[in-house]
Order: sequence, then structure tokens, then C-alpha cells
Amino acid sequence: MGLLFILVIPLAAAAFSLVHADRRFAPAITIAGALAVLILALKTAFMVIKTGEIVAIADWVSCNSLSALILLLVAFVALTSAVFSWGYIEGHTGSDRVKKMQRYYSRFNLFVFSMLAVVLFSQLALVWVAVELTTLMSVFLVSFENTRQALEAAWKYVVLTCMGAAFALIGILLLYWAMKSAGGKTFTWEELTTVSQGINPGILKTAFIFILVGFGTKVGLVPMHTWLPDAHSQAPSPVCALLSGVETTTILYVILRLLPVLEVSPSIHSGEWFLVSGLVSVGAAAFLLIQVKDYKRLFAFSTVEHMGIIMVAVGLGGPAAHLGATYQILSHSITKSLCFFAAGSTLLIAGTREISSVRGLIRTSPIAGGAFLIGGLAIAGAPPFAVFLSEFSILRAGIAGGHYIAITLLGIFILMAFAAVMFHVNRMVFGMPPEDAVRTVLPKTVVISLTMALVPVIVLGLYIPDSLYELLRLAAASLGR
Amino acid sequence: MTISSLTQLNALTGGLFLLSTFGIIAMRQVLGCLKMFILQSVFLAISALLLGYLHLSIHLFAVAAITLMVKPVLIPYLLRQTVGSEVTARREISQLINIPTSLLIAVGLTILSYFVAKPLLSVSGAAGTVTDVNLPIGIACLLLGAYTVTVRREAMPQIIGILTMENGAFFAGISIAPDLPLIAELSAAFDVLVIALVMGILTRKIHERIGSTTVSDLKTLKEV
Repeated sequence: MGLLFILVIPLAAAAFSLVHADRRFAPAITIAGALAVLILALKTAFMVIKTGEIVAIADWVSCNSLSALILLLVAFVALTSAVFSWGYIEGHTGSDRVKKMQRYYSRFNLFVFSMLAVVLFSQLALVWVAVELTTLMSVFLVSFENTRQALEAAWKYVVLTCMGAAFALIGILLLYWAMKSAGGKTFTWEELTTVSQGINPGILKTAFIFILVGFGTKVGLVPMHTWLPDAHSQAPSPVCALLSGVETTTILYVILRLLPVLEVSPSIHSGEWFLVSGLVSVGAAAFLLIQVKDYKRLFAFSTVEHMGIIMVAVGLGGPAAHLGATYQILSHSITKSLCFFAAGSTLLIAGTREISSVRGLIRTSPIAGGAFLIGGLAIAGAPPFAVFLSEFSILRAGIAGGHYIAITLLGIFILMAFAAVMFHVNRMVFGMPPEDAVRTVLPKTVVISLTMALVPVIVLGLYIPDSLYELLRLAAASLGR
Repeated sequence: MTISSLTQLNALTGGLFLLSTFGIIAMRQVLGCLKMFILQSVFLAISALLLGYLHLSIHLFAVAAITLMVKPVLIPYLLRQTVGSEVTARREISQLINIPTSLLIAVGLTILSYFVAKPLLSVSGAAGTVTDVNLPIGIACLLLGAYTVTVRREAMPQIIGILTMENGAFFAGISIAPDLPLIAELSAAFDVLVIALVMGILTRKIHERIGSTTVSDLKTLKEV
């Protein structure tokens, strides 16, 4: 039953957000809803660790270890970004403030619902619908500021990801065809794995390529990534945290769940597909990171890089690399959301997205500057943060598996990206602030959510609780056969 | 009706479906594109009806009914409501590649889709059935829709291009996945409606803000 509540709560919160009431009502109900979802997600995760896959409605709604991991991440980032929105959005609304805020929170909740639905639905046709909804529910969040640039970003976002979804749809239908001819009955993840031995590799391969290209567009794999830096830089920062931190991972989850089916037929070479598309993404992102001029685009390109790293880890294959992949999913989501909160606070203070106009951030606002520095260090992969550990475990697994060329390339790209991110962050955080800079006080909720996001980033680099490690291990195990 | 005459009738419908997709590429005005899209959706529904009769499947009859309700009626209505007069504007739409060249490329894409579909048909043992028609034409329509989105410079034809891609996927779908659960069909139809609604509203916002719907002129966001 818990799983159904997780789906119903954001829908209810979306409806209540539109109720005409005090202007604090919509944000309050959103935060309360997100908190409830997080508690239920924690409960679900513990149950999954203890008893394995939970089924709420057979063949329709269920949750395995990988879904539980993503569920937890979506719920956590949804809560922190709901808190961040409280102080942030009020400053970004014009004359009809209450109405705009109500609409914002309603869409925010629907967007969170669609992401939760992707991981909880077990019927593949519905998963496709949910993926499409993640785009459609977030378009107006991207265009929230209604500037020329925001509208451009929203248009590119909806056109490219809808095109991708159409490609993925034909892939999903081909998969259904292959499953039916192999004797499968219901179109669920579980049934697909059960009959995978009998699935025709020829059809499966075509289906996989359509799905990889289609959903890869939403994950932001190069060369289908062009919409990502635009949308992830123009949306309001709390929405960016959701888009970059968890939406990309949520869609990647759909591709990852096909893995046990793909591994049955070696003739598909799915590992090579993952490896090559991952390396191309990491490499392109590493070069693009060097020349960014906008600090939100900096973090957006870093998302492309991290999605590539996860793809490479999955492509390497084997339990150690898969564990590295799930660990990377965790560390990327929590760190990237912190980065976008720090970027949002910087935007509140500096009023510009240009890297070259921000100097001496740590002097104008120690909180934003400190968060920006920690976020930058953590996402670039400096020790002792979680991203360092996860990237290190992926490199180690690759070397142990004998993939020397891939690991050398990956290592070089990661170092390049590290240098690029640190170069830009360093320029912004230190140095003398411009003459006219004033010390600005950040809204209280912004500071609270920065702290909330900061805690796991620091803690998980030093210590992983046993139950979380167990969840990561189970999720990694679900990727193999 | 015998099976062979049904299959032949379905092949005719498939041909007309593909022809209307070419029509979307060939049309010079937005209204023409929209009319071609309506026609295309009707052929999709007819094919679903024929296949439903062939497989004796209530399912496909439902799909045909949903398609007839949503695509030729509700979507044009929604687009007209949200986008406004831009839909019926009788002016030429600019595009990156001229129409005769576009049609040649479209022929090339159609041939390509037969190459993609052929090995699938032979390994699945579905050669000689209705899938022979529906799968390659569905993939062709998907590619042609993607092509339309790429070369048309204005918002409305790009929306129609995306809806065309979905139509192509469904056209292949009715033959290779005829018994998807009804909930999935319904939510897919709902999804297509939401696409039209969201993109329609976004087009209006762009029109209000920028004064034109030539979306390819929006190029402020890029590196360097």
C-alpha cells in the first residue's frame, strides 16, 4: 500500500497547491507532501533490503532494489528543492504573485509524481507514458521565468525529448513483439527477464538501439544532449536540481533495467554500446566544460559527464563495476542538487549567470560561496567526497577487468573535467569582489535547504551506513543476471 | 471478407498513410499540413479497424475508436484553441531545404526504413502478414516525422512533425503489439493530447513574447 501512497501524495499536493489560500499554503503543502514521500520511500527501501521486491499491484506497480534507490533519491531531492523553492521563487514572481506561485508548486508536484511513476510502474508501456510525462510536466517549469531565453530552452527541451520518446516508443513496441513471440504474457520487467532466454536477439537489438537513442536523448547522452545545457541553465534553480540531479538518472534507470535481458544475448554487444556512448559523452563534456561562460551551464555539462561515467561503468560489466555505477548514481544525485542550490543562491546574490562577472563570492556571501566551493569540489571529484570514491571504484573495477584503454580514456576525461570545473569555481569563489557588490542576506529556507543538501554530500564521503551499502549492492546485483 | 482481401485492403491503407505523410512534407501552408495530419490519423484508425477485424480483436476496435476521437478531432481543436490564428494562417512556411529536395530525401528515408524492417520481419516469421506493411511504413513515418521537425522552421509544423512520429510508432504498434492492455492505450492517447496541449500553449507564449513562431530564429543559447 505504501507504494500507492507515494504516487497519490504528490498528486494530492498538486491539487491542493491550486487552492486559493494564503500565499504560504502552496509551498507548505508541497514541503509536507515531499516529506511524507521521503518517509514512505525510506520505509520502502528498508523493506526492499529486508524482503526483496515489493509488489503493490501485481503486474502494474512494484519496487525492486534499483527502483528503491532512485525512489529515495527523487524523494530526497524533491524535499530539499521544495524547501529551496520557498525562498527562491517568491523573488522571481512578478505582479500576479500568488497565482504564479500556485501554478509553480502544482507543476512541481506533478513533475515529482511523474518521476516517481517511472520507477514504480512495472508495466513497460506505462513506464513509457510516465517518461513522456516527466518532459511534459516540466516544460512550463523550465519556461517559468518567461524570458526569451527560457522559452527557447523550453522549446528545444520539449521538441528534442518528444522526438526521443517517439523513437523509444517504437523500441518498446518492438520489445513487446519480441517478448510475445518468446511466450511472455504480461509486459512487465519481471516477465521480460523470465522469458529473456527465448527472445529473438535480432529484434531485441533493434529495440535496444531505438530505446538507447530515444531515452538517451532525455538522459543527455552526446550527441543528443544539445537541449540539456539550455534547459538545465534556464530553469529556476530548484527545478534545475530536480532536472539535473534526478530526472536524468530516472530515465537512465529505464535503460539500466533492460540490462539483464540484454546480457542474455552476447551478439547484441550491449556492453560495448554502453561503453562507447558513455565515453563519447564524458569526452565531449570534458571539452565543453573548459569553455563555458555560464556557471549553471557548467553544472549542466557536468551532468552530461556524470551520465557518461555511469554508462561506462555499466558497460564495463561485472559486479564491481555495477556497484560503482549505483554508487555513482547516488553520489551524483546528492552532489548535483547541492551544486544547483549553490548556483541558485549565487544567482540571488550576484544577479547574473556569467562566470566572469562573479568574483570573491566567499566575501560577499560566505554561505553561498562556501556551498559553491564545496559543491564544486565534490562534483569535480575531489577527495574526500562521495563522487571521488565512486569514480575511484569504477576506475578500479575497470582495471581489474582488464579494460585498460577505456579506463585510460575515462581517467583522462575525468581529470580534464576536474581541472575545468575547479578553474571556474576558483575564479568565482576567490579573488576581490567587484566594487559595487553588497553583502546580501539569503532567505532562511535557502540556507536550510543548502544545509540539508550539504549533510549527505559530506557524510557519504566518509561513511556509508550499512543499510545504504546493502541497497547499493542489491541494486548493482539487479543489473546483472 | 477473406484474409487475403483484408490484407490487401490494409496494404492500400498503408500506402495512403505513407502518402499522407509525404503530403505533410510537401505542403507549403500550416493549414495544409494539419489537414494532411488529420487524413493520416484517419488512415491509422482504418488500419486498426481492418487489423481488428482480421484478428477478431475488440482491443484494436477500441484503439481505432480512441484514435478517431483524439487525433482528427480533439488535437486540431486543442491546437486551434491554444495557438490561435497561427494554425490557419495561409502563408508559406519557411524551411531549410526546399520541397522537391525534401521529397527526394523522404523517398530515401522510406527505403532506409524497409532495410531496417526487413531483417526483423524475416527472423520473426511474420513475413507475408499485415506486419509486412505496417512495420516498415510505421518506421518510415517515424523517420519522416523526425525529418519534418528538423527542416521546418516554425512551431506549428514542428508540432505536427512530432505527432506524425507518434502516429508512425502507433501504426507499427497495431500490428506488432495488437493486444497491449487498454489502460496503456488510453494513457498513450492521453499523452498525445497533453503533448499537443503543452506544445500549443508554449507556442502561444513564444508568440506573445517574441512576436513570431519561427522557432529556429531562437538561437541565443549556445556556447561561446
